[in-house]
Amino acid sequence: MKVRYFAWIKQTIGIGEEDVDPPASVTTIAELVTWLAARSPRHEAAFAQAKIFGAALDQKVVPLATPVGQAREVAFFPPFTGG
Amino acid sequence: MIRVQREDFDVGAELERLTRGNPRIGGVTSFTGLVRDQHVREELHRDRVDAMVLEHWPGVTEKALEDIEAEAHRRWPLEACLIIHRYGRLLPGDRIVLVAVASPHREAAFEACQFLIDWLKTKAPFWKLEQTATGESWVGSHAGDEAAAARWERK
Repeated sequence: MKVRYFAWIKQTIGIGEEDVDPPASVTTIAELVTWLAARSPRHEAAFAQAKIFGAALDQKVVPLATPVGQAREVAFFPPFTGG
Repeated sequence: MIRVQREDFDVGAELERLTRGNPRIGGVTSFTGLVRDQHVREELHRDRVDAMVLEHWPGVTEKALEDIEAEAHRRWPLEACLIIHRYGRLLPGDRIVLVAVASPHREAAFEACQFLIDWLKTKAPFWKLEQTATGESWVGSHAGDEAAAARWERK
């Protein structure tokens, strides 16, 4: 699946998107967060603040407890600050 | 109607275009958001903002703004609605956002305008990066913005 990062999450990790292949034991977005955080010190630093992250499955905003299911794209972003 | 663009906009021309040719419109309200030149980092500590960079999520941003506009049309009897939001690098004093609402009567126009800007701030994927003399910092979310959006939630 493709994982996308925005704003300071992207800046901290150093890339805007990556293709990943998590194990079958990863079923929810929250579990994916734990798994992604172990990929590198940069991931760990970014996901240390995952409590305030928003997430989207296939471009639809969902809670972190949501099952990843068959989603092709998961996005992580800080709270929106538009307007 | 919604637009996400890098370019500036002319508020007068946009309002004229929004209302022209529709005699059912009795009033139009608008809100224009500008880049402030000060960033309050901590209490009593202010940095002068040199520029602000607005990042967004192309495709998803437009869909989010369309959804917000559709919700306003469901809640109030509106004749026309406009949201323009800029992205890219902006300077203090630059226009960031325009929300305009036209309705037969003023109550709906005032309420819908406030609803649109309140929801837009917390429901559309924009992120602000402020550049100051001491470096860059991402703007955090404001509890006040969450509260302003929450009062429009329907139980």
